[in-house]
Amino acid sequence: MPWLLQAAVGLVVLVLVAFLLGNLVRNLTNAGLLLTWSWLRNPAGFEIAETAIPFDAAMPYWRALLAGLANTLKVVLAGLVGATVLGTAVGTASFSSNGLLRRLARVYVELIRNIPLLLQLVFWYFVVFLALPNGAAALQLPGVVLAKAGLYLSWFDGAWQWQGPQLVNGVWMAPLRITVEFAALLTGLVIYTGAFIAEVVRGGVASVPQGQWEAANSLGFSPLQTLSRIVLPQALRVIVPGLNSQYISLAKSSSLAVACGYTDLYSVAETTLNQTGRAVEVVVILLGSYLVIDLVISGLMNGLNGLVQLRER
Amino acid sequence: MGPVSPVMVRPGAWLRLRRELFASRLDGLISIALIAALVTVGLGLAKWVLFQAQWTVISANSTLFAVGRYPLEQQWRLWLLTTLLALATGLSCGLLRAFPRSGAPARSWPRNDRWAAAILVVLALWRPMALQLALPIQLRWWAITGLLLLARWAAGRWGAAIPASARRWIPLLWPLLYLVGMVLISGGLGLVRVAPSEWGGLLLTLLMASFAILLCFPLGLLLALGRRSSLPLLRWGSVLYIEFVRGAPLITLLFLGQNILGFLLPGGLAPDRVWRAAWVLTFFAAAYVAEAVRSGLAAIPPGQLEAARSLGLPMPQALIHVVLPQALRVALPATVGQFISLLQDTTLLSLIGLLDLLGTARTVMANPAFLGRNAEVYLVLAVLFWCCCAALGLGSRALETRLNPHSLSPSQP
Repeated sequence: MPWLLQAAVGLVVLVLVAFLLGNLVRNLTNAGLLLTWSWLRNPAGFEIAETAIPFDAAMPYWRALLAGLANTLKVVLAGLVGATVLGTAVGTASFSSNGLLRRLARVYVELIRNIPLLLQLVFWYFVVFLALPNGAAALQLPGVVLAKAGLYLSWFDGAWQWQGPQLVNGVWMAPLRITVEFAALLTGLVIYTGAFIAEVVRGGVASVPQGQWEAANSLGFSPLQTLSRIVLPQALRVIVPGLNSQYISLAKSSSLAVACGYTDLYSVAETTLNQTGRAVEVVVILLGSYLVIDLVISGLMNGLNGLVQLRER
Repeated sequence: MGPVSPVMVRPGAWLRLRRELFASRLDGLISIALIAALVTVGLGLAKWVLFQAQWTVISANSTLFAVGRYPLEQQWRLWLLTTLLALATGLSCGLLRAFPRSGAPARSWPRNDRWAAAILVVLALWRPMALQLALPIQLRWWAITGLLLLARWAAGRWGAAIPASARRWIPLLWPLLYLVGMVLISGGLGLVRVAPSEWGGLLLTLLMASFAILLCFPLGLLLALGRRSSLPLLRWGSVLYIEFVRGAPLITLLFLGQNILGFLLPGGLAPDRVWRAAWVLTFFAAAYVAEAVRSGLAAIPPGQLEAARSLGLPMPQALIHVVLPQALRVALPATVGQFISLLQDTTLLSLIGLLDLLGTARTVMANPAFLGRNAEVYLVLAVLFWCCCAALGLGSRALETRLNPHSLSPSQP
C-alpha cells in the first residue's frame, strides 16, 4: 500500500514535470529562444554605476553579471559584520541593569521586525540619504562627511598619510567614498537583520542558567568579564545555529538592492533579461548564484558550530 | 529571572525609578544620555509631524491607497464586504467571550475587550481629523464601527442561548465569507467583472496576503508530512522542493513567475500577472510553513504515533486525530511568524510592477504635485504595516494561551 502511494505520487510528479518541460521546449522553440549560453559573450552595452571589479559597457554580459555578483558579495559581507555587531550589542543590552536601555532594546526589536524591509530600504534611501545636503552644508562629523554625493571617510592616502575629507571647490574629496545607494542598502540591511540577530543573541544568553552569572559574580568577575568569559561561550552553542539562518536571510534580502538604486546581481540580471529576452538562462544563473552563496554561508557557519559545541570526551 | 523572594514588597515609584535607571554611576550616565537623545528625537518628530509635514498627500489620495483604481461606481461592493467583515468580527469576538474554553468564568467584557472597544471608537472618531476624509465616507466608517460593537455586544449577551448543535457551524462563517468576498471583489454571478489589474493599494495587499496565507498552510502541512515520511520518493521530493525555495530570494522567484511561467504552460493558460504573483507567494510561503510545521512534528514523541497505530487507527486518522493537533499547537508561533513575514513580503510586488500599497505609494510620489513627500507616505505605510503585523502577533499569542491554557501556569496539573 505505501509503495503504491509512492508510485502514484511519483507518476503524478513525473507527468507534471514532463508536461512543463515539454511546454517549455515547445514555447522556447517557437520564440526562437532555445537554451544557449553564447549570448553571454556579447557586449553588454550598459553601464554599472559602481563596481567592485573593473567594468564598462563594452565588456560582455558574463562580465556584467560577475560585476553584479561582486557588488552583491560586497554588501553581504559588510552587512554580515554590521548586523552581527549591532545585533550582539542590542541583544546583550536587553540584559542590562539599566531599565531604560533594556526597554529601548525591546522597542527597537519590536519596531523593526514588524515593518517590511523593502519599506525600510526606500525610507533610508529616499527620506534619509537623498535628503542630505551637498557641498559646505553637508553633515560633518569628525573624520566623516555625509553628503548627497556620497559618504566621505578618512583613510590613508597614496603616501600613507591619514587623510580626512576636504572641501575642494565645493566638492568633497576623501580617500574613501561610499555611494549613498550602497550606504542606504547597508543601513537598511544592518538595522533590519540586527533586530533579528538581537533576538537570537537574547535567546542564547537567556538559555544560560542564572546560576552561572551568580557564580561568576561571587568569584569576583566584573559584569563585562562574566559576559565575555562565562556566559557568551555557553550561549554561542545556541546562538550559532540561529545566526546561520539570519545570515542566509540577509544574503537573500540583499537582492532588494534595486529598490535603492544599488546595482547588485539581481538588478544586472533584470537588465540583461530586458535586453536579451533570455529568461530561462538568466533565472538559472540568478538562482544558482544565490544557492552557492547560501551554501557557502551555511558551510562556514556549520564549521563554526562544530567549534563552539560542547566537546564530550 | 532570578529567584522570587517569598515576601514581595512593592517599592515606591521613586525607589523603583532609582533602582531601574540610577543603580550605579555608569547606569546614571547611560540613562541621562538616553533620556536626552529620546527627548531630542521625540521633540524633532513631534515638530515635524505637527508643523512641517504636509499630510495632503495622504488625504488627497486616500481612495488610491485604499483600493487602487477600483472603479468608483463599483466601490459599494467593497463597503458591503467591509460591513460583513465587521459584523463577523464582532460576532466571533462576542461568542469567544461567551464560551471561554479554558474553564475560566465567562466574563462578557474583560479588560482587554474594553480596551479594544475604546481604541476602535477613538480611531473611528480621530480618523477624519487625521486623514480629512469626506463626511459621507466618515459617516460610513462610524456606522461600520457601530455595527461591529453592536454585533460584539449582542453576541456576548445572547450567544449562550444558541443551541450547541448550531454553534458548531459558526466557524464555517469565515470561509464562506472569504468566498463571498472574492465574488464581491472580482465580480461574476451577475456583478460587473473587475479585472485584477484594477485592484490596488491596501485591497491588493490584504487580498494577496490572505490568499497566500490560506493556501500555503495546507500545502506546507503536506510538505512537512512528506519530509518526515518513510517513503523515500515523498521525502526526497519534499526536501528538494523546500530547500530549493528556501535557498532562493523571493524576488528572484517572483521574477521567475513573471518571466518563465508563460513558457511553462500551454499558450493562453498562464494566469494574469496578479494571480501569477499570488501563486508564487503561496508556493514560496509553503516551504517556510513546512519547516515550521516540521519543528512541531519533531516535538511530538514518536510513541504518540505508535500508540495510535497499535490501537488500530489507520495512518491518516492517527495523524489527523493524534499527532497533528499536538504538533500544530507547538508549531503555532513559528507558523504565525511566517504569516507575518508573508504579509511584509507582499511589498515586493511593487518591484515587479504591481500596485500594492508600496507600488501605489511610488506612483503617487511620481506625481509632480506630491514630489518630495516621501517621508509622510512612508511613515503612514510603516504605521499601517506595524499595526497589522503587531495585531497578528498579539492574536497568535492570545490563541496560544487559549489552546494550551495550562502551559503558562505550571501550578495547575
